[in-house]
Amino acid sequence: MADEVILLDFWPSPFGMRVRIALAEKGIEYEGREEDLSNKSPLLLKMNPVYKQIPVLIHNGKPISESLIIVQYIDEVWSHKSPLLPSDPYQRANARFWAEYIDKKIYSTGKLVWGTTGEVQEKAKNELRDSFKLLEGELGDKKYFGGDRFGLVDVALIPFYSWFYTLETTGNFSITEEFPRLVAWAKRCMQKESVSKSIPDQYKIYDFLLELKKKIQPQLQ
Amino acid sequence: MGKSELKLIAKWSSPYVMRVRIALNIKSLEYEHFEETLNPKSDLLLESNPVYAKVPVLIHHGKPICESLVIVEYIDETWSSGPSILPSDAYDRAVARFWASYIDQKWFPSMKSIITVVEEEERKPYFEVMEEVVEKVEGALEECSKRKPFFGGDRIGFLDIAFGSFLGWLSVIEHVYGRKLLIEEKAPKLVKWAERFAADPAVKGLIPETDKLVEISKSLQIKWRAAISKK
Repeated sequence: MADEVILLDFWPSPFGMRVRIALAEKGIEYEGREEDLSNKSPLLLKMNPVYKQIPVLIHNGKPISESLIIVQYIDEVWSHKSPLLPSDPYQRANARFWAEYIDKKIYSTGKLVWGTTGEVQEKAKNELRDSFKLLEGELGDKKYFGGDRFGLVDVALIPFYSWFYTLETTGNFSITEEFPRLVAWAKRCMQKESVSKSIPDQYKIYDFLLELKKKIQPQLQ
Repeated sequence: MGKSELKLIAKWSSPYVMRVRIALNIKSLEYEHFEETLNPKSDLLLESNPVYAKVPVLIHHGKPICESLVIVEYIDETWSSGPSILPSDAYDRAVARFWASYIDQKWFPSMKSIITVVEEEERKPYFEVMEEVVEKVEGALEECSKRKPFFGGDRIGFLDIAFGSFLGWLSVIEHVYGRKLLIEEKAPKLVKWAERFAADPAVKGLIPETDKLVEISKSLQIKWRAAISKK
């Protein structure tokens, strides 16, 4: 029986990007459906009634939500190719720890950097810098966070590379200068086809985020 | 397995620590319990968990693992011959992880806010969140248990541990603010499940007494309120 795989997605979402990358790494054929988040489809509302958010993976009619949970599911079900988690339990725990850290920090802090100004922005910038420093420390001299193999933590973080231009421009700082190892890592990831075809162009993301900023800035500030 | 190979940096009142202790009990593991005062934080804690400096931390053969649910999964995978904690089916695992994540995002933050805020009016929205969580988790129990006694089926599992670890603190909220949340009319399955969970051999003795938690909640309230006024 052929698997039916549908991904409910939204092109600029870093969380959607994670799932696209995982599916591409595994060579899984799927139907990607673009959601209009201002007019959510009945399917989305039915498949993710708790959060009503993308991404949602629908595998043979059964929904899975939350990007990191989806990525782990994909890794476990399509286990024959490109493992995203190591086999050693300690290394797995370490990967999950860092993936969770990225989930807790990068999106919300990054959003405050591009979404606000003044003191709020300055504070967020410094928090983001602390996070990037910590992540560079964890990366060390490794090719990927996963070691020689591209893995869960790489998948969790790389979508935010599409935010770098926006962060640098709105935040008025250079991530390349301040975090050269992180940027080198990002460029290595982008050389993988599974990654480059899953992540939109940084300038398109910039336009999108600027539009979004207009809508949400009052709430953030 | 010698006791020295496993060490747990713990705190009696922490629901997150409780999760790890239940998991260790399920696997019948012996370990060295290191009670952390958090005031000040021990060198061991600061070295083992430099990112968050929080309990629980499990140290296995000198290597630390942090974040309660990450630790529980680690325990399950490392001692795979013992009773399973995560479901064996990949989809069921995804569902269990989903609800555990939902609980972590919604449940304790609401409890913390209820304790921290000053006015009755300010508490209302957080109580509403908690009521919604109860409703949704009642549904999750129906979905996951497949008519068996626990989220994990015949035995307690990942999601039982994730939610059940908060029963002590739930009592505090109900007791101090006079508002019952786990009630028969709203969550009949959860009410029965809570009794079964508390009686489970792996859980017995781990749920702190409500009086002791109420006591500690007073000092936490002072601390949390102070943190807000500093901002």
